[in-house]
Amino acid sequence: MPSEEEIFEKVREALVDALGVDDDEVTPTATLQGDLDAESIDFLDIVFRLEKSFDIKIERGELFPEDILTDTEFVQEGRVNEAGIAKLRERMPFADLSKFEADPIVQNLGQQLTVQDMCNFVAHKLSA
Amino acid sequence: MRWFWIDRFTEFVCGSHAVAVKSVSLSEGQMHDHFIGYPIMPNSLVTEGMAQAGGLLVSEQYGFGELVVLGKLAKAKFHTCVRPGETLTYRVKIDSVRDSGAAVTATAHVGDTLHAEALLFYARLGEETGDLFGARLFRPRDLRHWLSLVRVFEVGLKEDGSRMQERDYPLEETVTN
Repeated sequence: MPSEEEIFEKVREALVDALGVDDDEVTPTATLQGDLDAESIDFLDIVFRLEKSFDIKIERGELFPEDILTDTEFVQEGRVNEAGIAKLRERMPFADLSKFEADPIVQNLGQQLTVQDMCNFVAHKLSA
Repeated sequence: MRWFWIDRFTEFVCGSHAVAVKSVSLSEGQMHDHFIGYPIMPNSLVTEGMAQAGGLLVSEQYGFGELVVLGKLAKAKFHTCVRPGETLTYRVKIDSVRDSGAAVTATAHVGDTLHAEALLFYARLGEETGDLFGARLFRPRDLRHWLSLVRVFEVGLKEDGSRMQERDYPLEETVTN
């Protein structure tokens, strides 16, 4: 199991290569979409690089559970309900959802995903 | 003019890799101004050739039934100049394929000389694409025609080594909008 620093360095390398950003832009608190300008196709690239770099397999919806966000059982009028939040917590134990919970508009989830969340995700996968 | 930037496949192995060739001729329009007095194949069109070869290989993974588009050119390196009379050989390999799209690595050689390397990402646009745009963006019979022109079904093999059969894919015209 690599150390937190080793995971961060590899995640940073993947993000630098996938997004064409500078090393120093990739900080733990940087958001992927907001600060690093990641677009939807970039997530395919990022996932591909993480799989290679860490020798892991990332299934659809593992990093970003879009199935929950499009399920009317969990989303009403563009906001995730309590059952949805509980489901997200269960599926995304690696992410800090406290900010999202304060204003659970669906679009906010992707906007708030940080580099640290990605590192936590990888650590979560490696320890599984 | 049709946007065909590969002449034919020489190998096509479903879910794995493919090899396609493109002969470069002085009679082709793009060579006349690129450049006057020193015609070379534009690298943008070499990239398009690699993308088309990879795109058809990826499209097969979705049964040739859905729209697959080039979403991102993550890496492209060019090493030489390709001149009229030379033949480009494109080798494409599926690195990863998932529900939302696929990653393909590609190279272009002239003879034994490496000319280009690329990493391409394709996005899979599902069956809802037609509803989204109000019309289908791709007609099955056009795709069938293209696959036939580049000889996919003449050289294609399935994952188990058996021959690809055109009848196994939904390439008949069923929607007319």
